[in-house]
Amino acid sequence: MAKYLLLKHYRGAPEAVNSIPMDRWTPQEVQDHIQYMNDFAARLESSGEWVDGQALSPEGTFVRYDGEGRPPVTDGPFAETKDLIAGWMVIDVDSYERAVALAGELSAAPGAGGKPIHEWLELRPFLTEPPTVTE
Amino acid sequence: MDEPLLRELTPAVIGVLVRRGADFATAEDAVQEALLAATLTWPGEPPSDPKGWLVTVAWRKFLDGRRAEAARRGREQRAETEPPPGPAETTDDTLQLFFLCAHPSLTPASAVALTLRAVGGLTTRQIAQAYLVPEATMAQRISRAKRTVSHVRFGAAGDLATVRRVLYLIFNEGYTGDVDLAAEAIRLTRQLSSMTGNAETAGLLALMLLHHARRPARTRPDGSLVPLAEQDRSRWDTRLIAEGVTILQTALARDKIGEFQAQAAIAALHADAPRAVETDWVQIVSWYDELLRLTGSPVVQLNRAVAIGEADGAAAGLAALATVDPTLPRRTAAAAYLHEKAGDLPAAAQLYAEAARSAPNLPERHHLTRQAARIRQTLRG
Repeated sequence: MAKYLLLKHYRGAPEAVNSIPMDRWTPQEVQDHIQYMNDFAARLESSGEWVDGQALSPEGTFVRYDGEGRPPVTDGPFAETKDLIAGWMVIDVDSYERAVALAGELSAAPGAGGKPIHEWLELRPFLTEPPTVTE
Repeated sequence: MDEPLLRELTPAVIGVLVRRGADFATAEDAVQEALLAATLTWPGEPPSDPKGWLVTVAWRKFLDGRRAEAARRGREQRAETEPPPGPAETTDDTLQLFFLCAHPSLTPASAVALTLRAVGGLTTRQIAQAYLVPEATMAQRISRAKRTVSHVRFGAAGDLATVRRVLYLIFNEGYTGDVDLAAEAIRLTRQLSSMTGNAETAGLLALMLLHHARRPARTRPDGSLVPLAEQDRSRWDTRLIAEGVTILQTALARDKIGEFQAQAAIAALHADAPRAVETDWVQIVSWYDELLRLTGSPVVQLNRAVAIGEADGAAAGLAALATVDPTLPRRTAAAAYLHEKAGDLPAAAQLYAEAARSAPNLPERHHLTRQAARIRQTLRG
């Protein structure tokens, strides 16, 4: 088994095919989209491949250490050009091919006009623990 | 297996051990072990005196622990004598535990965790699941909290207001995991209220009951939120409402008003309205005035502006909203609502979309997005 992170972006990913923002869909289209996402997560749980899923607020700040006895420096909110993560799913699957297939399914979530969004999702393998058997 | 009974007996049993001279942290651990033993043996052999059984087993666990520690230090083992039970001041002990677990030296998160374990009798795993953190993290939080209060003398005067604050936090947290935190908060507040006879604590209990009554109507089967005005009021729990209203009236009659009583009064006025349009908004606004006087809270200011919008029209609501801190969470959502009410649909759609982006949780974000979508659909004709 291998763990993968499926990253969804508010911005920074290539433009989706069906990129009309959600508040301009019909209420039914919004509903159908949410249902699709819930069903997708439920299916992964029942197949034993679900690990975690979280959504992030678009608000954020950069923070760094600024030396002994000084408060940390903050910089933000993020500049408009910055890659902005919207949320993630962590899956635990048998193969890279399975991870790609699942990401493809998630990207097919319906959007405006009930048509797939074709959103670009970022698929990132986790670095794993070293194996016990090494030769 | 009578888990509710076990949980109810937890604080009293801890109290007995502490009165026998055990320190709180060790007593609490020993009682947790005894609870675990009870879940294993009671189904086969239910004891005739459950509390006595728990005290005996917990005390033995406590002595075992102390002996093991003594042995580790290579000292003489102490004589294994069981002292006579202390005076049976169960109510008092439980109240003392409430005070200890909500001690002002604890952070809110620590006070919540310690209260749920030592007073509520929940396991660390159950608490961890409810707050979506790893069990090891919650275990560490609880043992740090115990260390923090280790200097506090059991029986020292406590502050009811901090206990209420902790119970309110537990109630408000939501419903994750297999433990119903709202129901647990109600159980503990009921216990606290019956022990203290305090008007504000009764107010908090009434507030919880009145909100809990709406729970069946508050979400759709898919988890999406149903706003108060659209809830199917026939699904509100009338038994809880009746109980909440009775408790509130008794509390208000004592003429010692506080913020929880005022909040409960607002919830009771909503409960009184068979349909949303029959809501007595004028009275609700006057309760918000009272609440604002008591708390000075910007959140109250925001809710008051929405209530004014219902009582005196959208323009008055928007005027009241203008004085609310623009950075306050949910202010944009309130502005969207009032603009729609005022008939300014383009502004409302814009504001709903903006509010969705800054929503603090997914159900609210989805709800606000749907509102924007609904208005834009109307505008398209």
